[in-house]
Amino acid sequence: MRHEDGTKIASPEQMQIWMKQTMDWIGGIAAKNKFVSGTGLLFDGAKVVGHGGVVTDGPFGEIKETIGGLIVVKADSVEEAIEFAKGCPVLGGEGNTMEVRRIAKNDGAH
Amino acid sequence: MEQPELIPHLFRTEYRKIVSVLYRRFGFDQMETAEDIAADTFVTATQTWPMRGVPPNPVAWLYNVAKNKAKNHLQRDTVFNEKVSLELMHTTSELYEHDIDLSPQNINDSQLQMMFAICHPSIPAEAQIGLSLRILCGFGIDEIAAAFLSNKETINKRLFRAKEKLREGKVKIELPTDTELDERLEPVLRTIYLLFNEGYYSISQNQTLRKELCFEAIRLCYMLVDNQETNKPRVNALLALMLFHASRFEARTGKNGELILYGDQDTSLWDTDLISRGSYFFHRAASGDTLSKYHLEAGIAWWNTQKTDSIEKWESVLQLYNQLLTIEYSPVAALNRTYALSKTRGKEQAIKEAEELKLENYPFYFSLLGDLYTGIDTETARKHLQKALSITKNDADKQAIQNKIDRL
Repeated sequence: MRHEDGTKIASPEQMQIWMKQTMDWIGGIAAKNKFVSGTGLLFDGAKVVGHGGVVTDGPFGEIKETIGGLIVVKADSVEEAIEFAKGCPVLGGEGNTMEVRRIAKNDGAH
Repeated sequence: MEQPELIPHLFRTEYRKIVSVLYRRFGFDQMETAEDIAADTFVTATQTWPMRGVPPNPVAWLYNVAKNKAKNHLQRDTVFNEKVSLELMHTTSELYEHDIDLSPQNINDSQLQMMFAICHPSIPAEAQIGLSLRILCGFGIDEIAAAFLSNKETINKRLFRAKEKLREGKVKIELPTDTELDERLEPVLRTIYLLFNEGYYSISQNQTLRKELCFEAIRLCYMLVDNQETNKPRVNALLALMLFHASRFEARTGKNGELILYGDQDTSLWDTDLISRGSYFFHRAASGDTLSKYHLEAGIAWWNTQKTDSIEKWESVLQLYNQLLTIEYSPVAALNRTYALSKTRGKEQAIKEAEELKLENYPFYFSLLGDLYTGIDTETARKHLQKALSITKNDADKQAIQNKIDRL
């Protein structure tokens, strides 16, 4: 889950609606027995550690995006993973994107 | 209590206590000896009491007889060992210390320790339930066979193999150490949970037996809650969950044993005493930093004890199922989540997600789809309900589905 601007402040009510939408989305994937794990990432206290140990605050310079969370699913194909990603409520925010990646594993299951 | 009922009653309540103490005294190597002595005690009672009358304190009488039989056995054993092995001579005095401790404390400790031994990870889950029923609940082989819709022979074989495993694995009859407790508690709770489900959702038509299975599971869980070391938040959560479900026992079956679905139940039959007891343990479960699946299921079960059909109820239930499914997937939870989804996000959304579940082996999958299509597309609803009817094995469930078809 990539957010265009992680510093946007949402109201508690808005946050609660997003939480519910996110849980519904994850619940839907889990109901198909395709959920592995997931975690949200806080924008608060985000740092970038650069070459030579230079520490700066995010958001992250060149790419105008911060990672807001990630979810690991058991998809049969990249296409199925894309279908899951399309349901993510993060996409309701303009400029936000979902990046779909395969996990490097020797068994080729993911 | 009249004498003819007294002995079976005492067998149910006391056999398991005596046998647990004897198992611990003899170890798994001599399980049969322990069982023989315990069973023999009741044989002696059936032979003696009709002639001489029921003793003033029947339980104390049984314990005394069991103790004497055990002592005699141990003495015979010792004498035999002395003859074959002179080395044993110097330990004789120790070996004659044969006292069998049937104090309430030791009975309780022995039963708890047996619970952990039976639910050892090396024993298959199905055998754990069978052994629990036999050893911890004092069920007869007949009753276990009836509960599993199986026959005596199969159950005997299953129990025999499980006992072999206990022996081969040299499983110790003791409480796990502090560091192991959390891990070892897991299969114990799972067995209690399965035991309860066996009663609650069993295909057996024997209502009395089913209820007994549920209350035995609750009793075992009470034992864990009553012990300081095993009184963990998730144990309380499991107890709460079972009490909440048990509260609907009277309401969920009709006069002819047919299943009455949740929405059609006479809520005045819900047992408010069990609900408040469940709430007490649910509060006690709300500590620590681990949210177990039992917490989530207890939360759902609590909402089910609430008669309202509010959005708040179904929204909470949906979120609890969302969380539960991320901890542990089960087809039943997936289907129930979809039902909650229909109550909060509407039937169209629920149908869309339900059809992606692909749980074609589950009658409940088709009856859920039938429910969701009811009022939207009667023909599709009928088609799904008929499919559900054709793969349902349980008569009570069949009747419930047939009622739905008739109401379309």
